[in-house]
Amino acid sequence: MTNAIEVKKLSKHYKELKAVDEIDLLVEEGAIFGLLGPNGAGKTTLISMLVTMRRPSFGTATVNGFDIRENPGKVRESIGIVFQDQSLDDELTALENLEMHASLYNVPKKERKKRIRELTELVGLEKNLKTIVKTFSGGMKRRLEIARGLLHHPKVLFLDEPTLGLDPQTRAGIWQYIKKLNKEKEVTIVLTTHYMDEADSVCSKIAIIDQGKIIALGSPKSLKNKLGGDVVSIECEKADLCQQELEKIPWVKKAIKHDDSVDARVEKGEKKIPKILAMASKKGIKVNSVNLRKPSLDDVFIHYTGKTIREQEANSLDAMRVRRKIWRHRR
Amino acid sequence: MNKELESVYALWKRELIRFYRSKSRVIGSLGMPFFFLTILGTGMNSIFTVPNGGNYLEFIAPGIIGMVLMFGSMFSGIIVIVDRQFGFLKETLVAPVSRTSIVLGKALGGATTALVQGIIIMVIASFLGVNFQIANIALLLLFMLMISVMFVSLGIAIASKMEDMHGFQIIMNFLIMPLFFLSGALFPLSTAPELLRTASMLDPLTYGVQGLRFILLGYSDIPFALCFAVITGFTIAFIAIAVYAFNRIEE
Repeated sequence: MTNAIEVKKLSKHYKELKAVDEIDLLVEEGAIFGLLGPNGAGKTTLISMLVTMRRPSFGTATVNGFDIRENPGKVRESIGIVFQDQSLDDELTALENLEMHASLYNVPKKERKKRIRELTELVGLEKNLKTIVKTFSGGMKRRLEIARGLLHHPKVLFLDEPTLGLDPQTRAGIWQYIKKLNKEKEVTIVLTTHYMDEADSVCSKIAIIDQGKIIALGSPKSLKNKLGGDVVSIECEKADLCQQELEKIPWVKKAIKHDDSVDARVEKGEKKIPKILAMASKKGIKVNSVNLRKPSLDDVFIHYTGKTIREQEANSLDAMRVRRKIWRHRR
Repeated sequence: MNKELESVYALWKRELIRFYRSKSRVIGSLGMPFFFLTILGTGMNSIFTVPNGGNYLEFIAPGIIGMVLMFGSMFSGIIVIVDRQFGFLKETLVAPVSRTSIVLGKALGGATTALVQGIIIMVIASFLGVNFQIANIALLLLFMLMISVMFVSLGIAIASKMEDMHGFQIIMNFLIMPLFFLSGALFPLSTAPELLRTASMLDPLTYGVQGLRFILLGYSDIPFALCFAVITGFTIAFIAIAVYAFNRIEE
């Protein structure tokens, strides 16, 4: 199988901050590749470099065989992008937005009508072509952006948080379109998302990024299997003490505290719960609830980053401040 | 090359569509020049003597047209900031088109909309009784377009450096008023004090207003050939600055 994207030691530094730190990565053709990580982990910076919007500090990458440093024009022609924030012209109609894109990307004139019809049917917007985009709902705008991103038949489609801020129903719809696209148009898809369960059900391969580095790579299934066993989640008072005590038990592979709970990874969880409860009552830890589950991608994330993605979010405000400072510095 | 031209065309068309859909804004922006013409123009008529014997309304009409061209085009540079805020800028920046083409498309689009506003004011002025004697309509339109491209480019250059609209508007106000008053739109430069006249000579709009006055009325303080040469020079320089500033935007 050939690779749609080959990343070699790609780095982006802003002053002392290593937003992307010597990342190596291969994305196979036809994959749905998910980049997961907390805000400020470097996902968007990585994508920005791959789509040639930002220049790397060191290293390089090829996209569809074109070097992002030496041949950015060719890279741009061969990819489609849906940004995290909206990037439509609100005051134009859906059709005008699509026609403009066709002009910018030099889509053959004879093909335009046909492609626009095809793609708007695919995303269910064929009846709204003449409507001004301002009146669209968030989901409709997103779907229009996805259609637009595909108008020039890119071989790779980048989706940065395609479902952020949308309601669950719309999110499900968008993932459906994405899967359909990948299958019918044979487009390689690279996406970032916060929703672990969605990444789990959609992506064929996943890379977890934290602090500019890839810390885990594989299919969702293999990542979960690698963790092995079960997760026993104990919601209790004195969670710190509980975690320390669990760490001392030899059959506990790892105990991680987050929020008010401790997650313990063990084999045959159903048999370990009584033992854990016995330990807790001996140490005077009041347990509020216990929950047993197979590892999910959330657990994979916790395993590698030591935090849940939600806790990382809480810190993201700081991260944003740091980034804003850097932004000011550069001007 | 063809590809770049089509992108320029697409971006030009976009400006026109947006302009067409924002009729209220256009009418609003024509308010001030309209009142300049009707109130100032007619009110000052009796106390003002023009070198060549025409009336004051007639004298300021080319100046007001120049003002409309400058206002309309400078403010259309704000599209860069609007696009940044609403995200559309990214769509153009990642397209496989050169940034020069993007700037040219925006500049020509903004200039065309300013030109349309200038023509509207010209028609209004002739309804108010100004008797234009246009020797060469093609030259007039070309000259008006050049003035507009010049100022749109300046607007784009400034907007590329600005973070938000308020800052842009403040700078515009500080720039637009002196440029307008110094241009000799409202008084003849030939009888103005020396210091004022020197300042006027540094104002690009001066050459626009004087040139327009020559094409529309047949007289001016500065020879038309000089006006045309200076405007050409400024237009090229401002386009270059706009391309440079826009190139430095990193999203």
